[in-house]
Amino acid sequence: MNNIVLLPVLIPFIAGTLLILFRNYPKAQRVASAVVVLILLISAVHLLYTVYQGGILTIELGNWSAPFGIVLVADLFSTLMVLLTAIVGVTCLFFAFQTLAKEREKFFFYPFYFFLLTGVNGSFLTGDLFNLFVFFEVMLISSFILIVFGGSKYQLRESYKYVVINIFASGLFLIAIAYIYSLTGTLNMAHIAVQIAELEQQGVVNVAAILLLIVFSIKGGLFPLYFWLPNSYFGPPAAIAALFGGLLTKVGIYAIIRSFTLIFVHDISFTHNIILMVAGLTMFFGVLGAVAQFDFKRILSFHIISQVGYMVMGLGLFTPLALAGAIYYIAHHIVVKAALFLFAGATQKITGTTDLKKMSGLLKTHPALAWLFFIAAVSLAGIPPLSGFFSKFALILSGVEEGRYLIVAVALLVGILTLFSMMKIFIYVFWGAPSLQKQDYAHIKLMPLLMPIIPLIVLTISMGLFAEPIFVFSETVANQLLDPSIYIDSVLGE
Amino acid sequence: MEILMIFTSGIIIAVATYLFLTRSLLRVVFGVVMLSHGVHLLILTLSGLQTGAPPLLTENADAYTDPLPQAVILTAIVISFGMTAFLLVLAYRTYQDHGTDDLEELRGNADE
Repeated sequence: MNNIVLLPVLIPFIAGTLLILFRNYPKAQRVASAVVVLILLISAVHLLYTVYQGGILTIELGNWSAPFGIVLVADLFSTLMVLLTAIVGVTCLFFAFQTLAKEREKFFFYPFYFFLLTGVNGSFLTGDLFNLFVFFEVMLISSFILIVFGGSKYQLRESYKYVVINIFASGLFLIAIAYIYSLTGTLNMAHIAVQIAELEQQGVVNVAAILLLIVFSIKGGLFPLYFWLPNSYFGPPAAIAALFGGLLTKVGIYAIIRSFTLIFVHDISFTHNIILMVAGLTMFFGVLGAVAQFDFKRILSFHIISQVGYMVMGLGLFTPLALAGAIYYIAHHIVVKAALFLFAGATQKITGTTDLKKMSGLLKTHPALAWLFFIAAVSLAGIPPLSGFFSKFALILSGVEEGRYLIVAVALLVGILTLFSMMKIFIYVFWGAPSLQKQDYAHIKLMPLLMPIIPLIVLTISMGLFAEPIFVFSETVANQLLDPSIYIDSVLGE
Repeated sequence: MEILMIFTSGIIIAVATYLFLTRSLLRVVFGVVMLSHGVHLLILTLSGLQTGAPPLLTENADAYTDPLPQAVILTAIVISFGMTAFLLVLAYRTYQDHGTDDLEELRGNADE
C-alpha cells in the first residue's frame, strides 16, 4: 500500500533507463516519454490525494527499520512539490517536442530529462539527510548535461562555472552532514530532530545549521550566493530553461524549509532572523538585477532570485499564516515561472531573439501570445484576482501582524519593481510597430507552441479564483510543517 | 589521532580552496578532487576513529568501527568520481571551443 510513495521516483528512473536504448528512434522516444510523464502526473495526484485523506505515508527501503535504514516520507508538503514537479514536467516536455532541434533529441535528451525528474522527486520524498545528498547529485548530474545541451560556446563557458559551483556546494553539504552525524550519530532527519532537541550544547548546532543554510542557498539562489544563476539559465533551450527556472531552485528552497521546520527549531530567534534578513536582501537585489536587464530570459532569471526571497520570507516569519503564504507562493511561482520561460521560448522561436530591443509589435501579429503572456506577467507581479496576489497578501499580512515593517516595506517595493520590469517586457515585445514581415513568421504555427502553456495559465487563473480552498489547503500543509512531532512520529513509529 | 586527522583534512581543504581560486581550468578540476578527498577524510574523522576493530556489529562485540560513515564515504567517492570525470570532459571541451584555459578570459562580456 505504501509502495505508491516510491512511484514518483521509480517511474521516471525506469523510463529514463529504458529510453537510453532507443536513442535512434526519436518518434518512439517522444511517444514513450509523453505516456510516462502523464503516468507520473496521475501517480502524483493519486499520492497527494492519499496523503491528504490518510495522513503521512512512509516506506522503509529494504525493510530496514528507521532510524537505521533509509526512509521515504510523503507528507503534504513533499507530495505537493511532487505534484508541481509533474505538472511542470508534462508542460516542458510537450513544449520540447515543438522546439527542440532534431539533432539534440538524439543525444539522450529524454533519458536525462527523466533522470532529472527522478532526482527532484527523490529529494522531495526522502527522509534521510545523506539520501537527500544522493538525490541532489542525481538531479545535478542530469542538470549539468541538460544545461550544456547543444554545446554552444556560451553554454560551455557558463556551464563550467555552474558545475564547479554546484560541486563545491556538494562538498560543503558533505561537511555539514559530517558535523551533524558527529553531533547526533544519525542521518535520519526525524531522528536528528529528536536528538538535537535533547542536545545540551546548542551553540554547535547553529554552526551546522548555518552551513546547511549556505549549501541550500547556493542551490536555491539566495543572497549573496545567486551570482551563478542568471548567466547559466540564459544558455540552454527554452524547454530546459523553463524546467530549471520552475523547479531546480525550488528544490533548494524545499530543503531549507524542511530542515528549518523539522530539524533546526532549537534557536528560532537566531536562525530564522538570519533567514529573514537574507530573504529581504535576496528579494531586493534580485529585482534590481531584473530592472537593469534588457533580455527576456535574463529578466526572468533575475525574477527567480527575487521571488525565492518571498518564499524564504515566509519561513523567516515562522507563523502559520506566513508559512501557508510561502507554500501558496511556491505553487504559484513554479506554475507561472515555467509558463513565462516557455513564453520566452515561443517569442524566441517567432522572432529569433530574446533581446527586448530587437523586437516589437507582436501584439498585432500574435495577439493570443501577447494576452496570455500578459496574464502570466501580472500574475507574477501580484495583481488580483490572480494567484500571485493572494500568496503575497498572506505573507505581507503576517509580516504586519508580527511587526516586521521593514521586510513588509521591502516586499511591497519589490512587488512594484516586478510589475515595472514585466511591463517593460510587455511594452518592448508587444507594443509598437511590428518588427516582423508576414513572410518571416508565416511558416511558424503558433498554436502548437501555445498548447503546452495554456494549462499553466488556466492553473494560475484558477488558483486565483479558487483562492480560498487552496489557501485552506496551504494552511493545512503549514500546520503539518510547524508541528514536527507529526513527521517524527510517523517516521519513527511511536 | 582525531586532532591530527582534522588538521590534515583542514590543510587539504585549504589547498582545494587555493586551487579553486586559480585561473586555470584544469587546476580548478584538481581543486574539486582535493575538496572531495578532504571532505571524505573529515566524515571519517568526525564520526570517531576506532583502530584495530572491524566494522562489524555482532551481538556482543567489545569494539567495532562505525560502518555507516564508510558506507557514506563509499557512495560519496563514487559520486565525486563521476562528477570529476564529467568536469574533465567539460573543461576539455571548453578549452577546445574557446582556445584558452584562462578563466579570466572566459568571463564573458556584458553585451552578448
